Amino acid sequence: MAQASYPADLKYHAEHDWARIEGDEATFGITWYAQDSLGEIVFFDAPAVGTVVTKDEQYTEVESVKAVSDVIAPLSGEIIAINEELSSSPESVNEDPYGAGWLVKVKLSDPSEVESLMDASTYEASLS
Amino acid sequence: MVSDTSTSLRRTPLYDAHVAAGAKLVDFAGWEMPIQYAGIREEHKAVRNSVGIFDVSHMGQVETTGPQALERLQRLTSNDVSKLPEGGAQYGLLCNDFGGVLDDLFTYCLAGTRFLTVTNASNHEQDLAWMQHRGKEFDADVNDRHADFAMLAVQGPSARALVEQLADGHLPPRFHVCQRTVAGVPMLVCGTGYTGEDGVELLLAPEHATHVWQAVIAAGAQPIGLGARDTLRLEACFHLYGNDLSEQWDPIGAGLGWACKEETGFIGSDVIAAVRSVGPERKLVPFVIDGPGIARQGNQVVGGGEVTSGSFSPCLERGIGMAYVAPDATEPGTRFQIDVRGTLRDAVVERKPLYRKDS
Repeated sequence: MAQASYPADLKYHAEHDWARIEGDEATFGITWYAQDSLGEIVFFDAPAVGTVVTKDEQYTEVESVKAVSDVIAPLSGEIIAINEELSSSPESVNEDPYGAGWLVKVKLSDPSEVESLMDASTYEASLS
Repeated sequence: MVSDTSTSLRRTPLYDAHVAAGAKLVDFAGWEMPIQYAGIREEHKAVRNSVGIFDVSHMGQVETTGPQALERLQRLTSNDVSKLPEGGAQYGLLCNDFGGVLDDLFTYCLAGTRFLTVTNASNHEQDLAWMQHRGKEFDADVNDRHADFAMLAVQGPSARALVEQLADGHLPPRFHVCQRTVAGVPMLVCGTGYTGEDGVELLLAPEHATHVWQAVIAAGAQPIGLGARDTLRLEACFHLYGNDLSEQWDPIGAGLGWACKEETGFIGSDVIAAVRSVGPERKLVPFVIDGPGIARQGNQVVGGGEVTSGSFSPCLERGIGMAYVAPDATEPGTRFQIDVRGTLRDAVVERKPLYRKDS
């Protein structure tokens, strides 16, 4: 998508990741700002289902034409699903970063960590 | 995730045009340059399929003039400058006393005693100092001309036709240069490029750069950033100084023995002659990744060697690159592995270039 957007129903991590919280599960992805900085995503090296991820630590990589970039986990937990569609259409991360471009779903190990994340307006203010 | 730009960076005369065109600007060798406009893949394909224009005004120019200008350049650069005709263009290397590569350059013979050499932006000041310091025994002056030129590259299968319709005469053939007026502006038109496509490079006064840029775009060229410039040159297997060439690698191993004429006695020629006779320790090969993943500069080759350029090929839609490998592992079809940040990826040695029009 051409225009910056930061949906209000998501939580944001300073390393330009978002989380959509649904009970004790969350979907992770990278923000509009992150995909715009990277340029066209051409490869997502999906981690395996069952991988344990830790808040503030790298859990995977996305690659654009020009560079590889670490993706940081906004919350801790265990991966319960990965976005298989991205292996054939990684450009979804650019075209629809909060929808078809989601990366993984995680079963949260400590849902209270959500309190440390930013809301959309705080995150957007942090970018300027 | 990308380099921040700051006010200390140098800007080309086209800076405002880049901002107006929506370019993403980054620090490249101390210059605030457009890395992309519409997107690297779209720009890459525009150059492969029709025509694009690049601002390469960050590249430097050094003029060598005087009765012994040819002799001085013969000493400084690796190719045989005596074979360069008036109006001709020649690729060569600037080497140190140990045969290490200081830069790779195109030299244009503007007249019998006047030559213009184009340097890489990151090396320009050092090249200039080296060229002024060495070869002083010859009766020729070496002068910085960087501030006198903006440089635009128009590249792609439609590039020549597009520029010719704006020009006052025929364009020079490949590896030649001539004076022309294009879009009303006098300039040097060079039949050179860095994309593997036909095209020209234009050297003109900086104050006319925006006018010519806009005229070429109005005639149908798309602006192309340095991101696509890198993927285009890598598909064509052209070396990038700082990646595939450096003082660390010798020109023979880099596959540039054809541009080294040791009999001319250029600086470093004795070492390079020795390397040629015993063979280099490593040789640069083009490769494709067999499967997913993209190798990048600095990734190690399993069993010895390293990737010096690696990216995603918009035309082949897979990881490609160039790597220095053992000399007995350079046959096309040879398989090897690359450690890509802890994951071993399979790679296959290919022939140059990695992308061909008919492939």
